[in-house]
Amino acid sequence: MNTEKVEDKPSGSTAVSMVKSEGVHKSFGPVEVLKGIDLEVKSGEVFCLIGPSGSGKSTFLRCINHLEKINAGRLYVDGELVGYRQKGDKLYELKDSEVALKRRDIGMVFQRFNLFPHMTALENVMEAPIQVKGVSKAQARERAGQLLERVGLADKAGNYPSQLSGGQQQRVAIARALAMDPKLMLFDEPTSALDPELVGDVLDVMRDLAESGMTMVVVTHEMGFAREVGDSLVFMDGGVVVESGNPRDVLTNPQHERTQSFLSKVL
Amino acid sequence: MTVDIDKTTGPADTPPAGPEAIKAIPVRHYGRYVSAVIAIAVFASIVYAFSQGKINWGAIPDYFFNDRILGGVGKTLMLTVLAMLIGVFGGILLAVMRLSKNPVTSSIAWFYIWFFRGTPVLVQLIVWFNLGLVFEYINLGPIYKDYWSSFMTPLLTALLGLGLNEAAYMAEICRAGLLAVDEGQTEASHALGMSHSKTLRRIVIPQAMRVIVPPTGNEVINMLKTTSLVSVIQYSELLRVAQDIGQTSGAPAEMLFLAAAWYLILTSIFSVGQYYIERYYARGSSRTLAPTPFQKIKANVLSLAGRRQ
Repeated sequence: MNTEKVEDKPSGSTAVSMVKSEGVHKSFGPVEVLKGIDLEVKSGEVFCLIGPSGSGKSTFLRCINHLEKINAGRLYVDGELVGYRQKGDKLYELKDSEVALKRRDIGMVFQRFNLFPHMTALENVMEAPIQVKGVSKAQARERAGQLLERVGLADKAGNYPSQLSGGQQQRVAIARALAMDPKLMLFDEPTSALDPELVGDVLDVMRDLAESGMTMVVVTHEMGFAREVGDSLVFMDGGVVVESGNPRDVLTNPQHERTQSFLSKVL
Repeated sequence: MTVDIDKTTGPADTPPAGPEAIKAIPVRHYGRYVSAVIAIAVFASIVYAFSQGKINWGAIPDYFFNDRILGGVGKTLMLTVLAMLIGVFGGILLAVMRLSKNPVTSSIAWFYIWFFRGTPVLVQLIVWFNLGLVFEYINLGPIYKDYWSSFMTPLLTALLGLGLNEAAYMAEICRAGLLAVDEGQTEASHALGMSHSKTLRRIVIPQAMRVIVPPTGNEVINMLKTTSLVSVIQYSELLRVAQDIGQTSGAPAEMLFLAAAWYLILTSIFSVGQYYIERYYARGSSRTLAPTPFQKIKANVLSLAGRRQ
């Protein structure tokens, strides 16, 4: 997996695209949050979205699994249109059940964890496979145990979210998303709500995940993570993509004035 | 009790080892003593007045465990539980309908709540009983066919009347509960590919229960007492039985007191039940569960004992 990724990097265009965005627009009432986003996330790549708050990066992430409906443009995940079906030149809205079916393959990790507070860590991870995929309880339990071990929380399986630190909750949330065996993982500022001390543990889990070849779209303020782990990086501001490219290039040698001023403040 | 505050005047004994405890004369709450004395005096005079009244108190223990009274208590309990079950499930259904994006279902729920909250439950009970005026027969094809008047037994009337009315009130309580659950929970559930109905059943409703249970306890106690209304449709629940016995035994007022005592007992039992249900739905919401009443009493006794020293 890893070697494949390295090979892909220079040629780029030969890789399969996992997310493709063409002129995506999104408005909340009169406020236009996304003003035409064009980008492409390749399969197996770690794609980082950075930018000031209000730049639309989280909104764009939420469009990818159709938590937000886009107003214009086209958005594809794994070659299929998000939220719609195209027949001829007409677009048909997908039914809720069809949207749910597509969301199975897209894991999402939220800034504020959103673990289910009335379930233990283990039950949180078991829930979706049982309810959505119809996996047996015993199987789900075994898999959930493995996933908790993978994120370093095997000993916390029986704890409720309120008994876990923020960093532990976020790692359970990652395990919960992984339990559905997604082909794409979305991270919405996964470390922004954490104490600085706890950020490292979560980033370690994400780094492991990246090394295993998972396609990841990460909205983040962790420039160190973007530089180390990221394969591509996009800087967004005011609802448009200002600059994109290899994270190491963009972060060390930003071309655009807006990128320079943003990075000078956060680095 | 490690803080050793002296309750008597004058200097305290030597404090225990460790940091020197604060020795201070506590604020005296004279008002509390005075008000306690007044309250006890008023209460005692009311009790005295009742004991001297023309009431044959001896009749109450005689009939307290009378078979008919116990039967009435049983029917009151059954009616309360069944009507509340209809109310709770109907209420959740109506609340979900009301919050639905579908304009048809939300309008139907709105109309239902508007109608059933807007008319007195006593009127609803009587109307259910007399619906034979409108529907002469009840005809469910090959399954069931009968005259309305023989189909609508007092029990069924009571259940429908109380339960459907309760559903309208429960709907608003459930709606408040559903709205109180963080939207992030729904989003997380949807992001995992769970359907609307599974999200509701597995994620949202269990969390909404924390908000729903306390006012529902109120409703149960209300329902317990509202069941006394069904005496108008000839259903022999507690109040009706007590009144009947009162008329034949020549102790009508006494039997009302007896009924009141039974309602008080049942209400107390439900309150204890509510406490444990709340504890159940609080799981995962706080680091330590609230103590049970027994644990509380124990802690209080210990702290009192500690203060005495």
